[in-house]
Amino acid sequence: MNTLFGYLRQAGTALRFLFLATVVLGLIYPLAIFGIGQAVAPFQANGSIVRDAAGRPAASALIAQVSANDAGTQSPLWFHARPSAAKWDPGASTANNLGPNDPKLLDAVKTDRAAVAAAEGVKESDVPADAVTASGSGLDPQISVAYARLQVPRVAKAHGLSPETVQAMVDRRTVTGLEAFLGQPSVNVTELNLDVAAATPAK
Amino acid sequence: MVFSIASFVTQVAVLLLLLVLVHKPLGSYLVRVFEGKKSTRVERLFYRLSGVDPETEQSWSIYLRSVLVFSAVSILVVFLLQRLQGVLPGNNSLPGVDPWTAMNTAISFATNTNWQTYVPESTVGIFVQMCLLAVQNFLSAAVGIVVVVALIRGIARTRTDRLGNFWVDLARTSFRVLLPMAALAAIVMVIGGVVQNFWATDVVNQAAGVTQTIPGGPVASQEAIKILGTNGGGYFNANSSHPFENPNVFISMFEVFLILLIPSALPYAYGRMVGDQRQGYTVVGVMGALWLASTVLMGWAVASAQGTATAVAGGLGEGFEQRFGAAQSSIFATATTLTSTGAINVAHDSLPPLAGGIAMVNMMLGEVAPGGTGSGLYGLLILAIVSVFIAGLMVGRTPEFLGKKIGPREMKLTAMYILVTPVVVLALAGITVLLPYAMANAPASGPHQFSEVLYAFTSGANNNGSAFGGITSSGPYLSTMIGLAMLFGRFLPIVLVLALAGSLAKQPRIPASSGTVPTHGWLFGSLLLGVTVIMTALSYFPALSLGPLAEGLLK
Repeated sequence: MNTLFGYLRQAGTALRFLFLATVVLGLIYPLAIFGIGQAVAPFQANGSIVRDAAGRPAASALIAQVSANDAGTQSPLWFHARPSAAKWDPGASTANNLGPNDPKLLDAVKTDRAAVAAAEGVKESDVPADAVTASGSGLDPQISVAYARLQVPRVAKAHGLSPETVQAMVDRRTVTGLEAFLGQPSVNVTELNLDVAAATPAK
Repeated sequence: MVFSIASFVTQVAVLLLLLVLVHKPLGSYLVRVFEGKKSTRVERLFYRLSGVDPETEQSWSIYLRSVLVFSAVSILVVFLLQRLQGVLPGNNSLPGVDPWTAMNTAISFATNTNWQTYVPESTVGIFVQMCLLAVQNFLSAAVGIVVVVALIRGIARTRTDRLGNFWVDLARTSFRVLLPMAALAAIVMVIGGVVQNFWATDVVNQAAGVTQTIPGGPVASQEAIKILGTNGGGYFNANSSHPFENPNVFISMFEVFLILLIPSALPYAYGRMVGDQRQGYTVVGVMGALWLASTVLMGWAVASAQGTATAVAGGLGEGFEQRFGAAQSSIFATATTLTSTGAINVAHDSLPPLAGGIAMVNMMLGEVAPGGTGSGLYGLLILAIVSVFIAGLMVGRTPEFLGKKIGPREMKLTAMYILVTPVVVLALAGITVLLPYAMANAPASGPHQFSEVLYAFTSGANNNGSAFGGITSSGPYLSTMIGLAMLFGRFLPIVLVLALAGSLAKQPRIPASSGTVPTHGWLFGSLLLGVTVIMTALSYFPALSLGPLAEGLLK
């Protein structure tokens, strides 16, 4: 009886403790960080939203943005992001979660490699790995420098720009310095495509 | 995907340097928190409102009862409020969470596991994330820390049955340690690009004709404690692979640092509290050696880029983020599995087979290098007691640990601790592979299918929470079984640790003699390292050889 009473009393303490802790850790703390974030770094805190020439929110610099049809084929007009298990839906991040020896993954890689080689008019052996493998998030906005370079002629032609102009845009969106050393040299496709759009006269 | 050795070496060196610099100030601060007599005015108000008498110390059984009752109440509250999500504010128009998922998730977050059987984006709204899950991130991390503090007091004190007051320890750990550290980390994360708002943003790329809804939420505040408290439950489904949880390689390195921070500073606090800093340094030396060895092995296994699909693709890439690179992802994968974190910045299911195997071995070590917040240190102290026992057998003396006799009662508790987790992992995984109904949830074929199941139970019972994501764990069977694995794997060891703390505290301290095996220095450190590795190998080698070893050797 004594023990039961002890448990009940402890449970009452636990409930009150949990409630008070929730006020501090579950309300005050996140709201304080929200306030500080909005004051110190509103751009980042709100999702790194970049705007188009007219000042309208056009994309998040951190999230892949892809023009694709329902079958998941990316539009030939733009730089392509990596394949995505999430179909590039920002509300449904996910990976393929297939093992490195999985026959399904093997088939997908083979199909994608042939498709990329055909789209860019290059040999299959020239297709870099990131062009045929999905990221862990399905939203990775970055591609390798090699994959970006592969796409320059196609995108330049589609937009009536010179390959040199487009290559300069790629260079401008290439991660360099310490970030490239610790990670790897990469190109942000979301921002790159907005650059291309801005340089193309509206039709 | 490039595996840059130069980047790998630089990152490991920078991490080591930072942890070495920070462990002493942080460890000293922890000692002040746990040994301090005074409560602040806010704390006194907090105690009065919750009905806690901060002056009363508890015996081990009352301390344990408080841990269990508090955790049970947490599980119940988190379960019920998830079920009621549909009628609560901040639900992002999502209905109540289905009972199996709600049960699994409540256990998962209260046990510091953060196994995620749910898809956050389509299951839980801001209220559940912020007021239930993130709060449990703080409190479950704090529970791990207070349990090791009670054990340290049991070692340090003599002839007493008092181990401290659970509620005071829990409040101080939450509000004086975790809260300020998480707040600092969250601010760094926001500046680095992690989101912290309460709304989604619609964006339109007019030229390409693409519209997107960019999600928002209190991510940075949750991400900070998720990493710092070795929790690992992501705000988004893709966890620390998601650009809004982990926007670039700098923040990713920062996250690895935060994962290792508290577990690697606790041994210093332990040394100080038992009055012999060599003890703390020996323990942290063993943790560091295991971490370094595992990190290098993981780097090697990732760089090998094994796998038929990987070969055809022309290299690593599947499951990796371009913005981190393979070096950072292999360091992250090691840290997250050697602690009880379980956050991921690369899809572990898609790692080369031996790298996936190393992730499993890391968890099977019992999360001790440096382990979860608190749980890592108590795990390693248990192994230290096994080591003095073995050394005692060699020299024919009754083993003792810091002047406390390790008699039959202490050894029984220790032996049970060592057995609990492997039994839970292997029994539940064994039952599962015999059930075709359950195995349908793991769609892979051959040894990889077995690996997915073994990984799930290893992760659950060791309170890690990472997964080979190919497995579908949301049905009633796996929700329940993995729920049980998390419960047993968390609370049976805690019962044994606190019982051990109680029986050590009662003893007088016997002075060291010529027959005492010193529990510091190279010799004992090597013994402890050997015991840790051999225990793991004996328990799990057969299971590992059917999964990742078979897959790695077949190809």
